Amino acid sequence: MNNSLIPMLGVVTAIRRDTPDVKTFRVEAIGGGKCFEHIPGQCAMLSIPGVSEAMFSITSSPTVKEYQEFSIKKCGVLTEWLHQMEVGQQVTIRGPYGNGFPVEGDLKGKDLLFIAGGIGLAPLHSVINYVRDNRENYGTVDVVYGSRSADDLVDLREIQEEWIGTPGLNVHLTIDRPQDSWDGHVGFVPSYVTELGFDPNKTVLVCGPPIMIKFVLKALMDLGFSRTNIYTTMELRMKCAIGKCGRCNIGDKYVCKDGPVFRFDELDELPNEY
Amino acid sequence: MFKLSMDRIQELLSSLGTVLAPVESAGQVNFGVWSADATLRLDALHTVKSPKDAFFPQTEELARFKLEGKNISVGVPEIKDEPFVLFGVRACDARSFDILDRVFLSDPVDVGYATRRNLGTVVTLACSRPGETCFCQTFGIDPSEPAGDVSTWIDGGFLYWKPVTEKGEKLTETVKALFEETDDSAVEAAKANIRAILDRLPLKDLSLEGWGGDVLMEKFSDEKWEEISSACLGCGTCTFVCPTCQCYDIRDFDTGNGVQRYRCWDSCMYKDFTMMAHGTPRPTQLQRFRQRFMHKLVYFPSNNEGMFSCVGCGRCVAKCPVSSHIVKVIKTFGEGNK
Repeated sequence: MNNSLIPMLGVVTAIRRDTPDVKTFRVEAIGGGKCFEHIPGQCAMLSIPGVSEAMFSITSSPTVKEYQEFSIKKCGVLTEWLHQMEVGQQVTIRGPYGNGFPVEGDLKGKDLLFIAGGIGLAPLHSVINYVRDNRENYGTVDVVYGSRSADDLVDLREIQEEWIGTPGLNVHLTIDRPQDSWDGHVGFVPSYVTELGFDPNKTVLVCGPPIMIKFVLKALMDLGFSRTNIYTTMELRMKCAIGKCGRCNIGDKYVCKDGPVFRFDELDELPNEY
Repeated sequence: MFKLSMDRIQELLSSLGTVLAPVESAGQVNFGVWSADATLRLDALHTVKSPKDAFFPQTEELARFKLEGKNISVGVPEIKDEPFVLFGVRACDARSFDILDRVFLSDPVDVGYATRRNLGTVVTLACSRPGETCFCQTFGIDPSEPAGDVSTWIDGGFLYWKPVTEKGEKLTETVKALFEETDDSAVEAAKANIRAILDRLPLKDLSLEGWGGDVLMEKFSDEKWEEISSACLGCGTCTFVCPTCQCYDIRDFDTGNGVQRYRCWDSCMYKDFTMMAHGTPRPTQLQRFRQRFMHKLVYFPSNNEGMFSCVGCGRCVAKCPVSSHIVKVIKTFGEGNK
């Protein structure tokens, strides 16, 4: 019998600094290749033994065959440690966990609107690249992405060099406050969404700080969107990742296995403890 | 049905292989490994901790790691594969195993729990004297006919032994020579006596009406949580004595010669339980108190065809230092107790 709590080993094969506090780590199995297959929106438990173990979104698309990537913001004990890693460092990894986004289900054939704030782009990054690699299966794609400053936009180079220019994909970037080096839009994500005024028949995938999500939802409701068409992905403390340790329990759901992806009409049925 | 004089109980226990039974140590009765010089306390109604330890240990090593430079090696400890007998389990605690099974044996199966559950044979013991904190009847549990692999009764200086499951039959074969055969009617008087006591218990009419999986937001939003949770100290005692609480923590410990990753019991009553780098979704004791009882009386039944995650053992009723226990919660909200 396989013990789900025992991790496998992975090795960090590349590290990219995205912003002053976000780095992206490429992880491969020992000897090369992916540690496991995943679908966009799923997560994995990463750990450095002796520090701790925690759940992270898999940022790379499953269409990448050689490795998986994790964009991680430095904000706690484990992430501080991960940020000190050098290429060649081994880590423990187990997964994939969670339901993921329904890229082969309800999202197929739809016009998609991605809305992200700060590190909230990380879980959507996998979906966006999956949609780019299977372009014919989806309608038009809009990405609204904002951060505190131009320096805090995760994956900015990839967005500018690869996403912009993808047929039928429109990127709308914004930063909170004006900056000399920035000639793009300035303002918060929710008001930018209102300003851009999207067709309410689009399917929305939103991730970012809770306060941003709250105001984005209001903006979308004002534009006539339905909560049954808006998806988000949640983060809560997790230890087991298999629905048993009790930490990520909200109502009768466990975020690690019933989520982390929920539609807002599903969240409306649950206590607001997230 | 078989019987054996209680004078020969040691002989029986020493023939059963490894036995975990209620034994007294340092003034407390808990399930522990029985030996001839242990103080067996089959008269104790409840052990302090429930016997869930036998299948879901309070602490358990999961893995060992060595870190050398950038390399990590993983070692997995063997799970002990010795059969054992859990002897003298009360009807309420026996039901708690069915509840824990729903958690640990559902996909993906918890390997340690499943292994120990397979190795263990549960011998239950009828409650000759149910107590004033008992309310197992509320959950349809009959302490005069305790479910298990083997059911036993103690009456008139005899132990009555009735194999129930295939596992129980197998165990009985190994000790059959010690027993004298009798028929089921031998324990009728004992059962009648137990039922007479049950009828006089203060919590015998406790009703679960108004609870269950379909009242989630209604119960969650009720204003009564504020008053009933106000005394809660967040000490977690209820969780640690509870036979059905199953939340756990996983932590790493630097042994000085590598890292030991272990699992241990935890409590949703603690602030750190859900703490993340950016804060906790349950910053108040009201929220943490509500989570524990909502889980037992609403969330768990919602996911398990109405099965409540409480067996009415009454340990928390006896141990809560401020009497903010589950009976009070059931009564405060439960429409059936008005």
